[in-house]
Amino acid sequence: MKKVLLSAMVAAFIAGPAMAETVRMGTEGAYPPYNFINDNGQVDGFEREVGDELCKRANLDCVWVVNEWDSIIPNLVSGNYDTIIAGMSITAERDEVIDFTQDYFPPSPSVYMSLSGASVDLKGGVIAAQTSTIQASYVADSGATLVEFATPEETVAAVKNGEADAVLADGDYLNPIIAESNGALANAGEVSIGGGVGMGIRESDGALKAKMDKAITSMKADGSLNTLIKKWFGDDANTF
Amino acid sequence: MFNYCADPSLIEGLQWLSCYITTPKHMSFYLSFGVVLLLIALAAPIAMGFGFAGAVASRSQRLGFRLLGHGYLAMIRGVPDIVFFLFIPIALDQAFEYLRHQLLCPDVTAPIRQGNDFVVCSAAKLPLSTADQWVHEIYGFALALLAFGVVFGAFAGNVLAGAMAAVPKAQLETGEAFGMTQRQIFRRILLPQMWIYALPGLSNLWMILIKATPLLFLLGIEDIVYWARELGGLKTNAFTYPHPDWRAWYFAVLMVFYLSLTYVSQSILDWITHRLSHGQATMAGKG
Repeated sequence: MKKVLLSAMVAAFIAGPAMAETVRMGTEGAYPPYNFINDNGQVDGFEREVGDELCKRANLDCVWVVNEWDSIIPNLVSGNYDTIIAGMSITAERDEVIDFTQDYFPPSPSVYMSLSGASVDLKGGVIAAQTSTIQASYVADSGATLVEFATPEETVAAVKNGEADAVLADGDYLNPIIAESNGALANAGEVSIGGGVGMGIRESDGALKAKMDKAITSMKADGSLNTLIKKWFGDDANTF
Repeated sequence: MFNYCADPSLIEGLQWLSCYITTPKHMSFYLSFGVVLLLIALAAPIAMGFGFAGAVASRSQRLGFRLLGHGYLAMIRGVPDIVFFLFIPIALDQAFEYLRHQLLCPDVTAPIRQGNDFVVCSAAKLPLSTADQWVHEIYGFALALLAFGVVFGAFAGNVLAGAMAAVPKAQLETGEAFGMTQRQIFRRILLPQMWIYALPGLSNLWMILIKATPLLFLLGIEDIVYWARELGGLKTNAFTYPHPDWRAWYFAVLMVFYLSLTYVSQSILDWITHRLSHGQATMAGKG
């Protein structure tokens, strides 16, 4: 019996077919229109379309994986998936831990959203932001009181129930929410922070980074990236 | 699901609702209730196994076993659960991958730890990158199950050790007087009688186990709390079924689920207590 168990264990460790190149794409799935889980339970959004197209051009077999924003970098470096494609702005701080491809989405302004008619002190009030985002560090430096939440959803809820005076997040995420609030929510100011959005890749994975960079360059060159940006973010969105 | 669901923007009221609650995404939500129940059903016996081993080891005549048992019970109970829930699955996962890397890719000379990165050869990945998503999910579930088993096992172990100590010593000595071996005394006298002393502690643990299942999402498993939050959240027109923030309703469903589960458990535990108290020289056993 012991021998059977042992050999079964050894087999479990050794078994495994030859590799085709499969790339696991890690995303948050809670940040429309960048990425979200649609009503069919599938990852959807701008990054889904860009990611699938990049994989096609780089001749990779891509699988989508959803992971909490909080632990999205630790799980990349420990190898649970191979890329982060989750609306992540390229910053020097993150670049110390992981590598980024060139940007596939140009810098776009962040927006403060508050209840309509409220006068918000953006430098001294209570501002909500999602944990570990460029917006959260901006608010912390601005002198305002920062309240952090794990998901973008909760930052918006905090403004609605009065816990925070305003929320700072990417305009592309907040603008549809403002537009569909029937006037209950309003834009309370804009700031330009952060660079473009790039795909996060392990520092030791230079080969994948080169492939993705090449695919992004080709999508920029033939205009297909701009078409997708316009499709998901409207005709006024910044393009390349 | 239904024919009229083809274009949800045209329908409203009950029809809209019937389409909405039957989307594939909602099906994943309903399925996750099964995942939680399965976790509880499997974690309880595994925890009992770990606990029993820990309790027996901590009462062993041999110093080595005793230290091991006490060490296990004391260490897990003394460190915050959440630390172990994060640590055990990640540590196990990396340990397995490290072993597989040594076995499968002996010719790869690049270090496994490269800065922040944990890099094993692609054949050593567990599960393989090429494996279907469900394999990844089962693997994640198994790791979570092990984490629950180890953590709750330590608490169960302490309860069982206490219950073993509570069995009247005179009874064990009587066993010796009849010439039974230690093993026979353990099996015939100690084991059948300890359960009634263990039951209050174990029933507490069972309740805590039920309430601890939302920790699953920490381990990357999409459980009922994840889906309730995800489905209930504000949905803009980017979604087929836009709606305002409905999280309160979804969490109310979870509350009903958890309360029913604990209510049913309590009824069953009461019945077991009644059965086990029968004929015992305790207050409960007098009836």
